[in-house]
This record gives sequence, structure tokens and C-alpha cells, in this order.
Amino acid sequence: MEILGYVRPWGGIGIRNHVLILPVVVCAAEVAQRIADAVPGTVAVPHQHGCGQIGADFEQTKRTLVGYGSNPNVAATIVVGLGCEKVAAEEVAAEIAACGQRVELVIIQKEGGSRRAVEKGVEIAGKLVAETARIAPQPVPVKALILGLECGGSDATSGLAANPALGVASDLLVAAGGTSILSETPEIMGAEHLLARRAVNDEVARRLYEIVARVEEGAKRMGVDLRGANPAPGNIAGGITTIEEKSLGCIYKAGTAKVQGVLEYAEAPRRPGLWVMDTPGHDVESVTGMVAGGAQIVVFTTGRGTPAGCAIAPVIKVTGNSRTFRNMEENIDVNAGTIIDGQETIEEVGRRIFSLMLAVARGELTKAEKLGHREFAITRVGPTF
Amino acid sequence: MRAIVINERDNVATALEDIPAGARVKVRVGAEEREIQVVTAIQFGHKFALRPIPKGGEVIKYGEVMGKATADINPGEHVHVHNVESQRGRGDLLAKEGGR
Repeated sequence: MEILGYVRPWGGIGIRNHVLILPVVVCAAEVAQRIADAVPGTVAVPHQHGCGQIGADFEQTKRTLVGYGSNPNVAATIVVGLGCEKVAAEEVAAEIAACGQRVELVIIQKEGGSRRAVEKGVEIAGKLVAETARIAPQPVPVKALILGLECGGSDATSGLAANPALGVASDLLVAAGGTSILSETPEIMGAEHLLARRAVNDEVARRLYEIVARVEEGAKRMGVDLRGANPAPGNIAGGITTIEEKSLGCIYKAGTAKVQGVLEYAEAPRRPGLWVMDTPGHDVESVTGMVAGGAQIVVFTTGRGTPAGCAIAPVIKVTGNSRTFRNMEENIDVNAGTIIDGQETIEEVGRRIFSLMLAVARGELTKAEKLGHREFAITRVGPTF
Repeated sequence: MRAIVINERDNVATALEDIPAGARVKVRVGAEEREIQVVTAIQFGHKFALRPIPKGGEVIKYGEVMGKATADINPGEHVHVHNVESQRGRGDLLAKEGGR
């Protein structure tokens, strides 16, 4: 089984060939967006962070930004900084370069203002797009893929149809030597014992319990019921009653493979197989974390329907609800509602998802890509100072 | 099938279509087929009880505990947030106890 990959100088394999305009701080977000708007073939990831951050919170934001520049779906990056921020543009650029990725730098204060910074960025971006266009994709084994597993806007069909089918696809990828990442720690709560049984060793099992306990402690510290946010009101309307029920349905996405280890947010898997990444249940933050950790492709199940995509990785949408598919067909790639309707088995839909993953990894655009969905959000672990 | 029971241990079924109040619904529990009369209308994706679930009893779906009943639930009754609560992430309970 082969896909078409863009082989980077350091050996990383991308399935897209993006030129990324990466602001390191909110103060550079507008300039980054204007550069991207002016140069077709580039994409910006504006965000509101990068200043007033300390400790683990600062490290996580920086790791996410470096992870985006280092994702092999990116051919080249322009790091855009203001010049006085905590997450220093020079450091982010240096770390991306150290990964072996092509990187350029634009600093607004150094260029003498936003207009000049945009001009400089546009000039560099034009060159990078021309350079990038000369990189031809070549056949590479499917095991190069790192798949991000996501679910959002869940309803009762997610656990019955879409997630089990995605689990089949995840198992097929892992069996082929590839890598898969399960995320969203709150949506493991109540099902962690089932995942822990599949851990490769006791330490991995202990870590699984630990990350779930950390989330639960968070809700306890705030003195509130997690149900205020998760399951979300739409989940509840769709028939999901408790976080345990949601979690039990959620973990089907991870199929039956052994759990190799637990990753921090935006941390890269160290070998093939199934991994768990500690991310929030917030879909866009979760997808951003997995893509910053190296995922080149995401499959996203949704019972209620959601349009969210990703700036640098194709996102395939799957719904287990045929009504949702009909209602939001322009956003959703696969209808797994056929399982509920009795027309297809979980195995059949799983194989269909895997086939589409291969087609997308050979260049076919997902609906989120065609519609230009480029959502990006970094999760925080501390307050802004 | 208008409703599905995922695991033999489950004491709830999930509606696969909108089921009107009073309808008799056939469900397969393991190898056995059973008929349940739903008490109220059950929306697509929502759950109803297969067996009596006493107040404080475990609600089981996917063969696992998904919460506890906050009231006695009769067979065929809608099982949802009005009569089931989560055991996890309950900072509100701690706050009520005065602990923090």
C-alpha cells in the first residue's frame, strides 16, 4: 500500500506541501494573516498567545508552534514576530531549522512597522511558494502516516457507528506499520480502565490513569460538575447522558491496538503504533495538538455535524448519523449512518474510511480543505500574566 | 430493529429511530429477543430501560457503568439526565460537602 509523499530533507514525509506563515505572538497575527492573504499557496495560523506566558504554559505554546513548522506537511515556514515577545521568533525559527525544515524570519519591529513587515513577508513568501512548487510527491509506504483521531459534536451514533468504524481504520493503519493518536483526555474519563488494559506496560497504564485524574481534579478544584461543559448541551440533546457514556463511545476510535505510550500536548510519537495524547476535549485545540505532534492526517467523527478543519493537515469528516449527513453533506466526507440504517457493517465502513485516507494521502482534497477550513487553537495550562 | 442493545450486560437500549410513547419495541439481548413497551416517546439516539433500575443502581451501556440512577426507573422509561447522574468529574458534590 503506497501513498504520495513529499519527502523532506530530514526524511519526514508530508502529504501536503504548505508554505506556513507562523506568528509567534498575537501582536504578529494580523501581519501574518495579511502576508498569507497576499500570496496564494500560503496559509497563516493566527492565534492569541505568545506573550505573558510562563513555565509549562509557555513551553507548551512554543512546542506547538515549533511542531507546526516541523510538521512534514509544511515545506517552508515564515516565522513572524513582533520583536519583544516571550515566545521569541528567533528561537522558534531556530528550533524549526534544527528539525531540518526550511524557515525564514520576519520581525515587525526590525522591519520598521507592520506595512514594511507585510511587504518583506510577501516577497519571501512568493519565493518560498515557487521553491515549494518544484517539490514533486513520490510513492512512499502508507506506514509513513501519523493519523490524528478526533470526535466532536458527538451524539449517540458516534459511539455506535462512526467511532467503531474509525477504530477499524485505525487498526488497519497500525497493522500496516503506521501510527495513530487518540486524544481528548476528558473523553477517556470513565473508560480509562479499558485503555489501561491495552497499555504495553504498567508505566503506560499508570500514566493513562494519571492524565485522567488530572482533568478530574481540575473540575473538582473549580467545585463544579464537568457536565456543565462535557457532555456539551448538544451531546445531551443527541442522547448522551454522562461523561462516562461519552467516553465509552469515544475510545472506540482507537480500535483494538495496544497503547504504546502517553504523549504530552504537541509531543511527537516515538515509534509506530497507537498513542494517547493528553489534550482537552475542545476539538480544535485537540486537532492542533496532534498535528503539532506530527500527524499529517486527521479523521474526525461528528454525530451532530461540525465544519472544523486544520490549516496544514487534511481533516476527513465522518458522521454516524444519516440525518446529519443529509443536513451538512457539504462538510462531511463519509456517512457511517449506513451502519445504523442496517445497510453496511462497521467493518465495511471502516475499510471505506481507510480507503479514503489513502486517497487523501495521495492528494485528494477533503471537504474541509475544499471549503478552506483552517482552524487553529492552542490549549493553555496556565493564566496569562 | 428500532433499538439496539450493545452488550448483554446492558440494562438500557438505544433508539435507532424516533419511537412513539406506548410502542412495543423488539430488541436483541445477546441471543435472546425481547419486547419492551416504551412509556414515553423516545427520540432517536436516546435510551430506555430494559429492566427495573433502582435509585442508586448502576446504569450499564457498552457493558460498562455509565452512571447511577437518581430515581427508580421502570422498564421502557426514558433514561437520561433527568434520572441518571455521572460519578465522574463531580466537583459540585465536593463543593456541596464543603470540601474543596
